[in-house]
Amino acid sequence: MKIVGKSIAKIDGLAIATGKPVYTEDLAMANALVVKILRSPYAFAKIKAIDISKAEKVEGVECVLTYEDVPNVRFTLAGQSYAEPSPYDKLILDPIVRYVGDEVAIIAAVDEKTAMKAMKLIKVEYEIFEPVLDFEKAEGHESVVHPEDDLHCNFDIGIQKEKNIVSKQKVEYGDVDKELNECDVVVEDTYYNQAQAHCMMETYRSFNYLDHAGRLVVVSSTQIQFHVRRKLARALQISPSKIRVIKPRIGGGFGGKQTVAVEIFTAIVTLKTGKPSIIIYDRKETFECTTTRHAMKTKVRLGADKEGYIRAIDIECLSDTGAYGEHASTVFGVVGQKTLPLYNKTKAVRFKGNVVYTNKTPAGAFRGYGATQGAFALECAVNKLAEKLNMDPTEIRLKNLIKAGETSLPYEGKLLGSSTLHRCIDKGKEIIGWNEKYPRREVSETKVRAIGMAVTMQGSGIAGIDTASAQVRLNDDGNYTLLVGSADMGTGSDTILAQMAVEVLETSMEKIIVHSADTDVSPYDPGSYASSTTYVTGMAVVKAAEDLKKQIIENGAKLLEVSAEEVEFDGENIKTINGDKILSLEKLAELMVLGTGNLQLVGNATYGSKVSPPPFMAGFAEIEVDKETGKIEVINYVAVGDSGTIINPNLAKLQVEGGIVQGIGLALYEDVKFSEKGRLQTNTFMQYKIPSRKDVGNIIVDFEESYEPTGPFGAKSIGEVVVNTPAPAIAHAVYNAVGVRITSLPITPEKVFMAMQQK
Amino acid sequence: MQIEVTLNNKKVTFEVEGNEFLADTLRAKGMLSIRKGCDTSCCGLCTVWIDGKPTLSCSLLAIKANGKNIITIEGVQKEAEEFAKVLVAEGAEQCGFCSPGFIMTVLAMKNELNNPTEEEIIHYLTGNLCRCTGYMGQLRAVKKYLGVV
Amino acid sequence: MFALLNLLQPETIEEAYNILMQRKNNTVLGGCAFLRMGSKRIGTAVELSKLNLNYIKDQGDYIEVGAMTPFRDIEISPIFNENFNGLLPKSVSNIIGVQFRNIVTVGATVYSKYGFSDFITALLALDTEVELYKAGRMSLEEFLDKPYEKDILTRIFIKKNERKASYGNLRNAISDYPILNVAVSNINRQWKIVVGARPLGAKIAKSASEELSNRNLTVENIEAIANMAAEELSFGTNMRGSAEYRKAICKVLVKRAVMEVLQCK
Repeated sequence: MKIVGKSIAKIDGLAIATGKPVYTEDLAMANALVVKILRSPYAFAKIKAIDISKAEKVEGVECVLTYEDVPNVRFTLAGQSYAEPSPYDKLILDPIVRYVGDEVAIIAAVDEKTAMKAMKLIKVEYEIFEPVLDFEKAEGHESVVHPEDDLHCNFDIGIQKEKNIVSKQKVEYGDVDKELNECDVVVEDTYYNQAQAHCMMETYRSFNYLDHAGRLVVVSSTQIQFHVRRKLARALQISPSKIRVIKPRIGGGFGGKQTVAVEIFTAIVTLKTGKPSIIIYDRKETFECTTTRHAMKTKVRLGADKEGYIRAIDIECLSDTGAYGEHASTVFGVVGQKTLPLYNKTKAVRFKGNVVYTNKTPAGAFRGYGATQGAFALECAVNKLAEKLNMDPTEIRLKNLIKAGETSLPYEGKLLGSSTLHRCIDKGKEIIGWNEKYPRREVSETKVRAIGMAVTMQGSGIAGIDTASAQVRLNDDGNYTLLVGSADMGTGSDTILAQMAVEVLETSMEKIIVHSADTDVSPYDPGSYASSTTYVTGMAVVKAAEDLKKQIIENGAKLLEVSAEEVEFDGENIKTINGDKILSLEKLAELMVLGTGNLQLVGNATYGSKVSPPPFMAGFAEIEVDKETGKIEVINYVAVGDSGTIINPNLAKLQVEGGIVQGIGLALYEDVKFSEKGRLQTNTFMQYKIPSRKDVGNIIVDFEESYEPTGPFGAKSIGEVVVNTPAPAIAHAVYNAVGVRITSLPITPEKVFMAMQQK
Repeated sequence: MQIEVTLNNKKVTFEVEGNEFLADTLRAKGMLSIRKGCDTSCCGLCTVWIDGKPTLSCSLLAIKANGKNIITIEGVQKEAEEFAKVLVAEGAEQCGFCSPGFIMTVLAMKNELNNPTEEEIIHYLTGNLCRCTGYMGQLRAVKKYLGVV
Repeated sequence: MFALLNLLQPETIEEAYNILMQRKNNTVLGGCAFLRMGSKRIGTAVELSKLNLNYIKDQGDYIEVGAMTPFRDIEISPIFNENFNGLLPKSVSNIIGVQFRNIVTVGATVYSKYGFSDFITALLALDTEVELYKAGRMSLEEFLDKPYEKDILTRIFIKKNERKASYGNLRNAISDYPILNVAVSNINRQWKIVVGARPLGAKIAKSASEELSNRNLTVENIEAIANMAAEELSFGTNMRGSAEYRKAICKVLVKRAVMEVLQCK
């Protein structure tokens, strides 16, 4: 292949690296009204009275909106295909506020200073309720977070609102209790993970205006343009055809922007005032008032026979979705969906549990989407089981992990299309020096080094649901335009999709214009989440390019007055096989838009997959633990992955390195703390520590390419799988270093130290 | 209050508020490369040069900048592009939001340190946070750019 | 968001002090890094740039540091790298980043008596005096114990002697607030053990220091004295760590710092 498989530089790389004004805030018009939000200081309360009269009178204030000014139609903010499996539990402004930071009033003014001045003049009287703050006490708590009558969901996800249950799920194959009873060795443990924050460098922002046709144009830092359009239409009760959503360059998302976090506020202001408006969340608002990873309590029971075959896996999980339920049931399901299939010598597996509402910052989509939490719990349990069986942790995995062509209980007979996970483990072992270093080496009297490992899987798009369309147009000058609706959030998806089209059309990167993420222009795409862009949108791009190529050949042949079988196309020219007639692509393009050809050529395709082929990753952590303080230092982290064919090695490598560091943050540094009254205390970069470059050691990445037959050029996804291994691998290494199993994240020095004292 | 500074080699006068920080002053003047990634002086995205030294523009009161020589990435485009090309060749700009501040720090480091070791490079750049790249690609690019083996 | 009505840049320290004392809400500005995070309401801000207080001078007997000297200058100063085994540069070198250290000033940090300050812990282990415009010159220890009184910190003096010193700290992420920090120094067998970020600020463990100065320096004795320091001082719980953990870490860090000083040339 000429372009696929090459480390092509991102088409927008130089502009964004040198600070060109191509992000949302840079594009906003200077006179846009500044929108600020008055927020609830209480975790759970009802607005008894709200007086905005003084605020409205401030000079420069254009409007002040309360719950009395918004449509009384509930919706979900979740960026999911319709019909969303998330509860419609949200109003633009609600008389009941459900977490510290929940929206109370929207203020729009000529500048920030005026808006803040007006905000201080708003008088609110609250009736305070007892908040639900501990998710383990949410079910049956006397406070009901969502008592409203019009709470509903498109699907039966098991809502029991009086009990604060958003979703109740159970999936079982075989008889888990019976199988566990018959196992020779059983381990059991309960694991906790924190509500990790995305901390994308560009916080949430959106601006909008009414255009020449009276339509609402929204320019937003989002991953989900089409879902934003649909949700704004519902929330504002206007037709989606009246709305256009554009995503410019954005500064990261990681799933945080798979939720309509801010667009509604500016949209309603612009509709009411007729004027452009902009909203920018600062870092504190981003921490407190957008979404986080779901904090979960995951109990795992794992049983094996004495040969070391894992025969039963039982996962019981409780998930905290915070004040609103976007992504609650789907993230929850993924905990089991992306863990149970891994070990396929099982006779019974089960995943069950509840998702509950609490009066805290809402949880939502975050890279890994449940697989991260599941991987932490299951992989820690597998490592514990390995020790009990006196088996090397890599051996137990090589023995039990599913291989390509095999099935697994949750697959119900379907076969795994591709996997090189076993080779990933072998390669990873070699790179980190497993045989020499496992389990530990004393470095000095006070320091010990140890290694640990974990494996994981994810998906590539959502089977049967994620569907993307793509178009490739031959322009009059002989160049191409690729039209896609996916959302490049810095990953480089615009670039790799272009690589795919370029490969099919045998042309070059310079000859293709990529236009993405504009709902007026782009073919439909769910947006960039669920690791779907390379696999689903990519396949649509490949098929659209193939469609166009076919049309080029057919029409070129027609113009050369021969049949299509008599010509070939090499990307530059259509010529007869015997070489006597030739037509350049430029000439063809020119003729097709004029009377001669009378048909501008556009390749079209829509693609959705019935399967979600899993990418895999094996992660190995080498750490050094200070035995006297419990402080952990990451020395090396080796990650070897299977994402099928690697479309762009540099960009793929960067995804892994970035994901590993996010995983290290989850494992060691990112602590979430709430006050007794439910206020988020870790709401700045000073309190919530994402890893700096000194916190991560040396990260080594490699790939073992498989070939996924259903993927474009054999590719699978990479975006999410990369964040799942560090937490369990590091927990394992800590145990190997100092003999303590820390089962709650983050693994802080104090936790290690205290556990060591208790041993 | 009025301040006079040299901004990207041009003398400029600004009308500023007492509690205004330089990052906002500069963005209002069109230096859109300056980003605010946090509220607590932690992330380094807003890095500019004040009298040649890398400084957080979000934490410098505009009035304190009076009389100073300020350089943003808009003022060193040629040098910035030279390094940016190496960064982009690694794929290490990713979302790009932290890149201008990062590049300003790298260029400042090149001016300040002579033949830095890998350890010294990492130390100098620690104040520039990134959530996308995992830092490895950035280091590869810097080492290539400086010719460090 | 903080508010500031007026800013003046006086040309003399007398003028600065007079403006400061004119109104209750008049304030001296330091680096301002923390100012933006609060909601202080300042009447007139007194900005000291014109007072030429940005310097580090070797005055022979002592090293003199002006209040407006940024942390970064301390970090790279040849004078401080060559004295006291590089104690002061080590104490500031991991604070957030170079761009941050180019802004925060020594005067503002010391005057604010921040509990978490690594710099104050290190200074306290040396023979440090501070000079305030009104209250005059006094030992750093005295200043730290003194009740709050509005004044302007102008200079810091560090006796240039043969003190050998070591700095230690425990943090989770490298640019985090410390869980605990420690500085230990020794001159002519007179030891000073200082512990800070308890979370309260730097304090000399007097009894432990004295014991260390009088005893034979065997590993057992050093361990016992480190325990003494942990018993002598008080520790509290905050988001960074519990009192129990801090106390345990105190023993470890003090012991290590003492051992390190013993290795110093």
